Amino acid sequence: MLQEVPKELLAEMLHKMFEIRFFEEKVFDLYGQNLVPGTIHLYAGEEAVAVGVCTALRKDDFITSTHRGHGHCIAKGADLKRVMAEILGKKTGYCKGKGGSMHIADFHVGMLGATAVVGAGLPIAVGAGLSAVLRGTDQVVACFFGEGASNQGTFHESLNLASAWSLPVVFVCENNLYAMGTRQSRIMRIVDIADRAGGYGMPGAVVDGNDVLAVYATARKAVARARKREGPILIECKTYRHKGHSRVDPAKYRVKEEVQEWLEKDPIKRLMDMNASYNVLSNDEIEKIETAAMAEVEKAVKFAIESPYPAPEEALEDVYG
Amino acid sequence: MRKISYRDALREALREEMRRDQSVFLLGEDIGRYWGGAFKVTDGLAEEFGDERVRDTPISESAIIGTAVGAAITGMRPVAEIMFGDLTALAMDQIANQAAKIRYMFGGQAKCPVVIRTPFGAGVNIASHHSQSLEAWFMHVPGLYVAAPSTPYDAKGLLKTAIRGENPVFFCEHKLLYPVQDSVPEDEYLIPFGVADVKREGSDVTVVATSFMVHKALKAAELLDKDGIDAEVIDPRTLTPLDRKTLVGSVKKTGRIVIVTEDCKSGGVSAEIAATISEEALDFLDAPIRRVTAPDTPIPFSPPLEQFIIPSEQSIVQAVKEVV
Repeated sequence: MLQEVPKELLAEMLHKMFEIRFFEEKVFDLYGQNLVPGTIHLYAGEEAVAVGVCTALRKDDFITSTHRGHGHCIAKGADLKRVMAEILGKKTGYCKGKGGSMHIADFHVGMLGATAVVGAGLPIAVGAGLSAVLRGTDQVVACFFGEGASNQGTFHESLNLASAWSLPVVFVCENNLYAMGTRQSRIMRIVDIADRAGGYGMPGAVVDGNDVLAVYATARKAVARARKREGPILIECKTYRHKGHSRVDPAKYRVKEEVQEWLEKDPIKRLMDMNASYNVLSNDEIEKIETAAMAEVEKAVKFAIESPYPAPEEALEDVYG
Repeated sequence: MRKISYRDALREALREEMRRDQSVFLLGEDIGRYWGGAFKVTDGLAEEFGDERVRDTPISESAIIGTAVGAAITGMRPVAEIMFGDLTALAMDQIANQAAKIRYMFGGQAKCPVVIRTPFGAGVNIASHHSQSLEAWFMHVPGLYVAAPSTPYDAKGLLKTAIRGENPVFFCEHKLLYPVQDSVPEDEYLIPFGVADVKREGSDVTVVATSFMVHKALKAAELLDKDGIDAEVIDPRTLTPLDRKTLVGSVKKTGRIVIVTEDCKSGGVSAEIAATISEEALDFLDAPIRRVTAPDTPIPFSPPLEQFIIPSEQSIVQAVKEVV
């Protein structure tokens, strides 16, 4: 599969994955330094999903996101500086400090925002898809959610409606096996969330969510299909979060062997290994990509730390327009 | 001037706005050509505008509102109908956590011009799941506007304003109002939000009433007039924003206030109005604030039970006489 992807695209995907990984590591550190208020839900380990899917999208396509949304923002092309500033509660953040880690949005790149109510983004994605159809564009919507959200009523309502109206929505289930601390097998009789697609008369696909090329290949087909107005699809990406659910969670409900097994399947390592077999990117090139990604993240951190907090009375703005 | 029903006035507003602006579309359960809406508000619109813009949905209230939200933040102006106000409970996350908060939590990047129309109110013996008045739930959500027109004229003017606005609007209709006829001009007009209407001027007591209760308050005022009591009847028309200035101004004139709403008493619409008067006009009051509301019960089915809990003209007359 690697040899089918243009080199520039491969470099771009690797760059984005590095950016997300380094970004999340920095967020983790800054949290430890008491610079991040509230809580954080890190995307580290799941980079291949956001990057694979967003690489298949155009800038004017839309995505909806979740409480674990930093990776989605970065993959869709948001400015790292303003993402980081938002996480630190600064005035220069995307939401002027009103949203924080769980509500980042960048409407200029089609990132329609992260909702922190599990499953709430699904009908909103359906609406964005309907809007594209009614406005006569060929835009597509990718809707990110976890396997936990697939047990919400909104999952059922949204997949049914998108299918009934043949809307251009690519439903992307990031199955990281745990809804907070609850393992999927404790609350569901099925293994593959994608099995549910049949119940809505839409195709479902299971993808190795730690293989960015596999995610990209599947997403590309799904996006092309949606763009031709041939209907929605459910893609389930099997993946794993490196850290706990949130910053305070040591994830003791996961056994060491399982964590180790998934760390070995790390999506960045996977891509590097695949590259090594075909030698598409040289070691020098990879090093440059890595260094550039780290530099971007460092700049974002500096920008965020140096940015001012909003004035307290700004809390009263933006309620109505 | 011609007289048309509240139902027809709403339909005219929808029709005019859909003709004016291609981004306006309707969605809801059975609102299309096969039924025309449970209360026939959208009757005939699918025939004029097509099934694409007058969309029958599955019975999926969360998806109806969520879809409207997603369309609104990407450039459309959806008007969603929830068949009965009680069923908004099924869509509460999308209304209260998504539609209302998107502008704010995304720092003003997005607007969410969704209009959610729904009928409230008791009086037709359809019991606890189809008869409530839940306006207060939505008044408690910053980011939402709440309109509750009582006349065909107000209904049309406020709905047009709601559709053209930049904010999510929760638009409360009362099912007993749909057949009510009154004057509505043929020429276009809009009614701004946050402007109460003095439905009857008076000098002895201020009666603030909302939605269908406005009509009961006006009838009560006629009865009181025969006893020499001159009541001023005010309809806030929008509950958010609430025209506190007009309410306070009237109380400063009359020195007395009776608040009439159909919702239950505790934490209700009447409580917000009473609190406003306490904060801003207490020194002008010559008698305690009185509230005429439903008691804190669900809405019962059997006619004598239902009639017992809904405020009546007589209960309004009695409350006024207690303060005058």
